[in-house]
Amino acid sequence: MAQLDLRELNATEFPIPAEMQGNVAITSLSKVYNWSRRSSMWPMLFGLACCAIEMIATAAARYDLSRFGMEVMRASPRQSDLMIVSGTVTKKMVVPIVRLYNQMPEPKYVLAMGACASGGGPFKEGYNVVSGIDMFIPVDVYVPGCPPTPQALLYGLIALQKKIDGQSLANLDDVPWYGVGPSEPTPIPILGPDIIDPRQMDLIRRQAQLAAEGKPHTVREIPAPMKVAQVQQVPAKTQPAASAGDDPAKAERLAKREAALASKKEAEGGTAQAVAEAPAPAAAPDAQPKKKFDKQAMLDKIRERKGN
Amino acid sequence: MTDNALIEKVDVKGAIAALKEKFPEAVKDDSRQGYSGIIVDRKQLVEVARAIKDDFGFDYLSSATAVDYHGIADEMEMVYHAYRISGGPALVFKAQTPRNNAEIPSLIDVWPGADFQEREAWDLYGIKFPGHPSLKRILLWEGFNGHPMRKDWKEAYYEEDHKPFGSRWPGGWIRRAEELNVYGKNVSYPADFDLSKLSDRSEETLYNDLGLGVTVQEMGGSSSLKTDRLVVNMGPHHPSTHGVFRMIVTINGETIETLEPVMGYLHRNHEKIGERNTFLHNMPFTDRLDYLSSMGNNVGYALAVEQLLSQNARFQKPNYRAEVIRVLMSELTRIVNHYWAIGFLLNDLGAFFTPALYAIAEREKILDLFEATAGSRMMCNYMRFGGVAKDLPERLRSVAVKANDMVRDYNTMDYLTELINERIPRSIDELDNYLSESEIIKERTVGVGYLSPEMAVAYSTAGPLLRASGVPYDVRRADPYSIYPELDFDVAVRYNGDIYDRYLIRLDEMRESVRILKQILPRLEKTRNENPVPPKQHTPRVPLGESYGRVENPKGELGYYVVSAGDEKGPQNPWRYHVRAPSFINLTALGPMSVGHKVADVVAILGSIDIVLGETDR
Ligand code: SF4
Repeated sequence: MAQLDLRELNATEFPIPAEMQGNVAITSLSKVYNWSRRSSMWPMLFGLACCAIEMIATAAARYDLSRFGMEVMRASPRQSDLMIVSGTVTKKMVVPIVRLYNQMPEPKYVLAMGACASGGGPFKEGYNVVSGIDMFIPVDVYVPGCPPTPQALLYGLIALQKKIDGQSLANLDDVPWYGVGPSEPTPIPILGPDIIDPRQMDLIRRQAQLAAEGKPHTVREIPAPMKVAQVQQVPAKTQPAASAGDDPAKAERLAKREAALASKKEAEGGTAQAVAEAPAPAAAPDAQPKKKFDKQAMLDKIRERKGN
Repeated sequence: MTDNALIEKVDVKGAIAALKEKFPEAVKDDSRQGYSGIIVDRKQLVEVARAIKDDFGFDYLSSATAVDYHGIADEMEMVYHAYRISGGPALVFKAQTPRNNAEIPSLIDVWPGADFQEREAWDLYGIKFPGHPSLKRILLWEGFNGHPMRKDWKEAYYEEDHKPFGSRWPGGWIRRAEELNVYGKNVSYPADFDLSKLSDRSEETLYNDLGLGVTVQEMGGSSSLKTDRLVVNMGPHHPSTHGVFRMIVTINGETIETLEPVMGYLHRNHEKIGERNTFLHNMPFTDRLDYLSSMGNNVGYALAVEQLLSQNARFQKPNYRAEVIRVLMSELTRIVNHYWAIGFLLNDLGAFFTPALYAIAEREKILDLFEATAGSRMMCNYMRFGGVAKDLPERLRSVAVKANDMVRDYNTMDYLTELINERIPRSIDELDNYLSESEIIKERTVGVGYLSPEMAVAYSTAGPLLRASGVPYDVRRADPYSIYPELDFDVAVRYNGDIYDRYLIRLDEMRESVRILKQILPRLEKTRNENPVPPKQHTPRVPLGESYGRVENPKGELGYYVVSAGDEKGPQNPWRYHVRAPSFINLTALGPMSVGHKVADVVAILGSIDIVLGETDR
C-alpha cells in the first residue's frame, strides 16, 4: 500500500510548529481523497476472454495485484471502482457490459485490457465484434498487448493510479462525478438486426429515410487512396467542428456544467442563491474558457477566511 | 448385420460398399478431387445414418458442420464425421441441399450430440433441420439480420475476400475501418429496416422459447414442503461461469428442473475470419480458441493442413525432432490446463482461490518455458506446417524449480529435466494429498452430476468428461497421430461418471503426461542436431480437397475441418475452416447432468466439464 508521507505533505508554505509536526498535516482535500481512492481500487471480477486469464495470473501469487491495494476483486458492480475490460467485446456482450458499467457507483474507472478491448484486436473485422469498448463507455487507460503480460497490466494500473492522483476536487471540469447532480447513465445498446447505439438513432433514422426514398444510403465514402509517403505531408489536425450540435447528451452535460460553475461563482460571491434553470446550451463548447485552478487566489481566499 | 463380430470386421471401405448395396438410390461416392466419404440423398439421410450407427457401429458423431459452396456449386452441404468408439478412422458422409430454402433432416434422434451443432448450422448458415425440437439461434441473438457464414453475406467492415488486403500492402491506403462506415461502428442495417418497429426482443424470445409462459412463480405441487418454481438467470457476468457463459435454470425450491445454456457472448467469428485468412494466417487465431492450451490447438490445425499438403510432392513431413517437440508441448499444455481446471473446480466448490493460487503458481513455471521458446506466455503460435517455428532455446530464465526462488538463468534441458522429474510430479502429489481425500470435496462431488457411458457417447462428449464415464476413448490411441504410437502410456479412465471422478481423472491424466514427458526427454537429447524448423513458406500452396485433423486436447477432441478450393495460382485461403470445439459439444450434456441437483451443484458440474468460452463460442 502506498504510504502517506507526512514529511512530504507538510512541505507546504504554511509553517507548522516543530512540536506539532508529528500530529498535524496540511494537505489538500483532493490529495487525501485521491490517495485513499487510488490505494484501494477494487476491480470487478469480470473476465471476457483470453486476456482475463492474464488478469487472473496478475492477481495470483507471482505478480500479486494486492501490492497495489487491488486484490479485492468484487463480483458485484456495486462494490467495485474499476472495470477491467479483459477481452473481446462482442455485440451480444456489450449490452450487459454497459449495464454493469451503469451499475457501478462513482467514482468509476475503466481499463481496456488488450488489443480487443482497445480497438477490436485480431477479431476487429468479425461481424459480432465491437471495435473497442470505448465505442460505448469511456475508457481511462488502454493497455496494449495480445494478451498484455501481467507486467503490462500492472503498469497500466499504476498509470491509472497516477491519473487519479492528478484529479482535482476543485476543478469541476476534471471528473464528472464532482459535478452537481447525478450523472447520466450510458444508454444501453439495443440488439436489433444489428447492434444499435441509441445515441446514433438520429443518424440511423436519416439513413433509413434515404433508403426509403431510394437515394444512395450507407455509402462509404472511400477517400482517394492516401499513399504511405504522403502521410507526413498531412497538415496538422484542424480544430474539430463543434460537436455539441450533433450530440444532445453532450450539449446537455455542458449546459449542466455551466450552470454548476455559475452557481458556484455566485456562492463564492457570498450571495447564496438557488440554482437557476440551466441556460440554453452554448453553441460551441470550445468558446467557453476553461476554468483554471488558480493556486494563488485559492491561498488568498484561505488566508482571508483564517483572518476572519 | 447387428452382430458385433461382423461390425468389427467391416472397415470403412467395407461399410461404404455395404451401404451402397443397401441404399443404391441414396448413397454415392464423393468423387470430387481431394474429397472422401459418401454423399447421401437428404431424403433418406436419417435411415442411412441409422444404418451407419446401428449396423456398422459408428456410434460416435464427432462433428457435424455446414459448408456453403456458393460460387462453386449452388449448394450447401452438411458434413458428418462418425467414428467407432472402439477406435479407427472416420466414416464421412454428407448431405446436400439447395441454397434457397436449405433443409436437411435433423439427426438428433440418431445422435443426440448433433443438437448444438445443428443449431449452429441454422444460426450461421440458415439451414433448417426438420425434426429438431428447438431449432433456434445459438451463437447470435434472435432477430439478427441474416446468416453470417453464408458466402454472400458481407459484414460491415468487409474489405476483400482474401487476405492480405490490398490496403495493407506498402503503398496502400491507410484508413481505419471505422472511417469507411457511416455509422463509425462495426454495424450495418438492412435497407428496409423500420425504426418504428424497433424493439429488443432477444431476451423475451429467449425466455418465451423455454416454454415457461408467464407463470414464472407458481406454487409447488403435492410436496409437503411448499416451494416456488422460479426462473433464475446465471451469467453472462458471473464469477463461476468461467467466462461469459449464461445459464437459465428453472428451479423448484433449490432443485433444478430445467437448464438451458445460452452462449455466444464470446462469438468472435473465428470461422468467418478464418475463411479470409491465408492458411498460415490462421495459426495465431487457433491460439485464441482454447486460450489455456494454445500449443495443443496449433498442433490440431497443423495436422489438418498437413493432411492436405501431403498430396503435394514437394511437401516435407515434420522431422522427428519436430514431432518430439510437438508432443512435448502438447503434454505440457495438458498439464497446464489441468492445473487450471482443478484450481477453478475447487473455486467453484467454494474453496475460493486458494487451490487456484497453488495451481497457477505451478503453471507459471511451464509458461516460462513457452515464453522462452515461442515468445509468448499464452498465445504461442508455435507450430508450422511441416515443423515448429523455432527450436527450443539454449537457455531460459525462470523461477527456480526446486524452491520458489528468484528468477535465474537455466540451461533449458536441465530445467526441463528437473521440471518433469521433480517439480511437476511433486506438485501433482501435493494437489492429490491436500484435496482428494477432503471430506468437503467428497461430500460435494461424489455421485453428483452423473453421466452414464451410453449418454456420454450419445452426446458426443469428449476428453475427461467422456473418460470419467468409463469410456476409454482417447484420440491419441484411437486414431493416433504424431509419435504417440511409439510412446508408452495408458488411457486414463474412471467409471463413476460424477464430478469426483472427473476431478480424479485429471490427476491421472497429468500423471500419464508426466510419464510421456519422461520418455520425451531422452528423445530430445538424441535429436539435438536435427532442425525442426521447416523452410519458410508464407503462403503454402494447399492442394484441393478436404481434411479433418483432430487431436486429443486437454478438454477433449479438438477437430479442424478444412476445405481448400485453391488452385496453383488462386488465392490461398481455406474455403471452409471449421473448429469442432470440445467445450461447445461437451455442453450438450450439461442440462441432462444438472437436472435434479441443487443450484450450487450446477456450478460444480460446469466446473467439472471444464469449458473455455473462446472455444465454445469461437
Ligand atoms: S487482445 Fe488478444 S488475448 Fe486479449 S482478448 Fe483479444 S485476442 Fe484474446
